[in-house]
Amino acid sequence: MALLEVSKLGVRFARHDGGPVDAVQDVSFALESGRTLGIVGESGSGKSQTVMALLGLIAPNGTVTGEASYRGENLLHMRTRELNRIRGERIAMIFQDPMTSLNPFLTIERQMTETLQLHRQMSRRAARMRAIEALESVRIPDAARRIGMYPHEFSGGMRQRVMIAMALLCEPDILIADEPTTALDVTVQAQIIELLRELNRERGTAIILITHDMGVVAGLCDDVMVMYAGRTVEQASARALFAAPRHPYTVGLLNALPRLTDASDAPLRTIPGNPPLPGMAGAGCAFAPRCAYALDLCRRERPILKEFEGGVRACHKPASEIAGLRVEVQA
Amino acid sequence: MNRFSLSGRAATLAVVAGAPRSRSPFAAAGARFLRNRAALAALALLLLIVLACFVGPLLLTNNAIDSDWSAISLAPTAQGAHWFGTDELGRDLLVRSLEGGRVSLEVGLLGTLVSGLIGVAYGAVAGYAGGRIDAVLMRVVDMMYAIPYMLIAILMMTLFGRAFYLVVLTISAFSWLDMARVVRGQTLTLRTREFVDAARATGVKPLTIVARHIVPNLLGVVVVYASVTVPSIVLTESVLSFLGLGVQEPMTSWGVLIEDGAQKLEAMPWLLLCPATMLCVTLYCVSFVGDGLRDAFDPKEH
Repeated sequence: MALLEVSKLGVRFARHDGGPVDAVQDVSFALESGRTLGIVGESGSGKSQTVMALLGLIAPNGTVTGEASYRGENLLHMRTRELNRIRGERIAMIFQDPMTSLNPFLTIERQMTETLQLHRQMSRRAARMRAIEALESVRIPDAARRIGMYPHEFSGGMRQRVMIAMALLCEPDILIADEPTTALDVTVQAQIIELLRELNRERGTAIILITHDMGVVAGLCDDVMVMYAGRTVEQASARALFAAPRHPYTVGLLNALPRLTDASDAPLRTIPGNPPLPGMAGAGCAFAPRCAYALDLCRRERPILKEFEGGVRACHKPASEIAGLRVEVQA
Repeated sequence: MNRFSLSGRAATLAVVAGAPRSRSPFAAAGARFLRNRAALAALALLLLIVLACFVGPLLLTNNAIDSDWSAISLAPTAQGAHWFGTDELGRDLLVRSLEGGRVSLEVGLLGTLVSGLIGVAYGAVAGYAGGRIDAVLMRVVDMMYAIPYMLIAILMMTLFGRAFYLVVLTISAFSWLDMARVVRGQTLTLRTREFVDAARATGVKPLTIVARHIVPNLLGVVVVYASVTVPSIVLTESVLSFLGLGVQEPMTSWGVLIEDGAQKLEAMPWLLLCPATMLCVTLYCVSFVGDGLRDAFDPKEH
């Protein structure tokens, strides 16, 4: 049994005028212990809502359907009290923006010990010692002194380290990182990714990494799920996906990576157009309007997700024709 | 032994030597406030008035109740230390103004405290809970707004008699409404901040989130709003007393004194001018201090 098994997950929001908006539809994936899964896609493709749904963090006007089981327990039908046993303790999450993820009015110590006192019934003193260890493990220098400081006294990269340290306090089985490097400098990004990699290798923490940076995925993830307009369009091992993407959208994302071999003044290869607004996708494939290889069929009928060579893909175009579109990528 | 130790290659950052001492956002706001001369002067004057009102009557030779038969309806004079003059019963106006000030300030501070406690708790819960709970709680506030407080005040005073605690109770019962609305609005924006999501994601209980994560972030707004509430409550008490619904003789308040003085304005103008001036100066000071606090807590000033 997989550590985390998600099947047919859907997230639907009620708009003010009453119309439903589907942010996530029919998403399924499994996460084995110690593995890393990358969820990739443009902004608004439903990546964040997918994991927020797992932790019961969907906005009040949203409803979640489908199933998500953690060690056989369905997370979606849990009462808040039961869910609170698991989130923070067994499944931890770090957020995109470390500048706003920490409470500006509490010291780092107070925010870190809160988790330990809650889940481990530790004394304040023991929790403090443990928190200092956690800060040291993410290489925050002088942790014993810094733990008494306030968030505004830390830089962005340092705050993200604090967030990771907080997530590690209870030694969770799963760490969900929602674009952990987006708000950081490139050099700091590399350090944070390195930290996550070590965590996965040395402690066996399974990681779900949400990102739109294909380079980060290549460096860290075992498996990749590509999402577009709330649906999975392709899912495969990172090795297979980077070697031979089988969906035009994945090809577009990979092509969009700048390469060292490019002339320095070469234009970036973008995917033309914009993703459809939530709830505005028509009957066909949501990507069809932007897809260079769209057939008539694509505009009429949505392709279903089919097994394909160890992964899944949702595309009418034969995979053999798409593999040929690939541009060399340094993974 | 560090059980978290990782052997990896991620670069260790250099220790920042001699970093400044850690300061909480409140301490930082306090420091900014102390740099504001006008607000600081207003605060000093305010403290002086408060001190005079609470301690002054104990130190002065005259008292608020006994008549000085040799000094009836006296204009401000050094004779018998009647610096503010006396009323038509020969009672010393300085002591009465201080005593009245004490009552008015007590009503103002107590009322603000009560309204602040109720308002913050109510507003924070409504804002954080959202949805139906929020809708019900806020409709209750709307309904309370529709009740004319003067009518209730008159009703209470005629039913239960004029008493100090009733004045505080009646005023508090209505003055928390504004605070609840302000706090709820602020909570709505705080609720969407990521650190609240982060707290939820670590399994913190809703009421703990409100108490530990929401309320401290509200305090800046609450302190500033409270400084606006104090004068409004002092004024409300004055209005009630002016209408004869406030505190009862021989107890007095600024409102009572002003009402009394207003009736004898032509014959004895000092009876109005002295307590009215004290009231105005106090309210100005509170407003100045409130302005200073607002600037000090304003993130744009950082």
